[in-house]
Amino acid sequence: MTPPQRRRRHPEAQPPPPPEPGGEGAPDGKRVRNPERLYIITGAAVEDGERAPIDLVTLIVASEDPPPSATPEQSALLRICQAPLSVAEISAYLNLPFSVVTVLLTELLAAELVQARAPIVRRARADRSLLEAVMHGLQKL
Amino acid sequence: MEDHLPHTAQAGVKIVIVGGFGVGKTTMVGSVSEIRPLTTEETMTQAGIGVDDNYGSESKTATTVAMDFGRISITEQLVLYLFGTPGQERFWFLWNGLFEGALGAVVLLDTRRLEVSFDVIGRLEERGVPFVVAVNTFPDGPRYPIEELRSALDLPKEIPIMECDARRRASSRDVLLTLLRFLHSLTTVKTPV
Repeated sequence: MTPPQRRRRHPEAQPPPPPEPGGEGAPDGKRVRNPERLYIITGAAVEDGERAPIDLVTLIVASEDPPPSATPEQSALLRICQAPLSVAEISAYLNLPFSVVTVLLTELLAAELVQARAPIVRRARADRSLLEAVMHGLQKL
Repeated sequence: MEDHLPHTAQAGVKIVIVGGFGVGKTTMVGSVSEIRPLTTEETMTQAGIGVDDNYGSESKTATTVAMDFGRISITEQLVLYLFGTPGQERFWFLWNGLFEGALGAVVLLDTRRLEVSFDVIGRLEERGVPFVVAVNTFPDGPRYPIEELRSALDLPKEIPIMECDARRRASSRDVLLTLLRFLHSLTTVKTPV
């Protein structure tokens, strides 16, 4: 029995650099063209593009107890972040979409009520020592 | 109740597990995770014109995309997160930040429905996300020699392809280790610019 055969969309070309998320210039233009384009819902705080560069795996820890002025969502976030949690875990426990958590965190970071522990700058490729550390950790599983 | 990290935790890294519906991505996440797998979600809108014009407009439809994930503490400082991506694959690639900064990806295959993974492999290639292929063995699935699969998937010989049983912790761990070794080899072969 023969398995089905995959057909490449770009048989010879090298993979082009990753396109901007959801942006123009994807190699298969028709896939991202209207009306199929999708956007992430963001709150008012990020309309001007000032969202902090927070990743799903950025670790967050509260630096203060919730102030009286905090919204219920902010208070809940500060409460669960007494010890470090990733943004993905915060999203899961608070039952809020990732982009909403990002908006909350942008506000809380600006107010210095939380600290972001993960390196906020993303690198294109992981470095060798990081990969080796992950390998050694997995080998202990 | 939250499963907190120790106060020593400093940084998180992530690996994304992709593949067609029902190939065992969530099973793989669950088999190696130290916490009960959790679900995060993102809300996306489908709309016609520019980003800025659409905020608050009535014509858009919102789609919620959910994603299961688990966690493995690597050291007291470093935490690995595994994201399994159910649902329609086109959404994963529009989830800002899912693939950016990821160490790499595991493509999980079901030989009964090999073709459902073709699209995702193409998209990883286009994005330049390094990946390995793991064939989740189902008792009633056809078994193909690895090289026949490689040819069917049209993958170069450098990309590891292996069989696994996503229900088993050791087997899922070996898939992740294979990915890590592959990523490590890329750092020696290709000099990053």
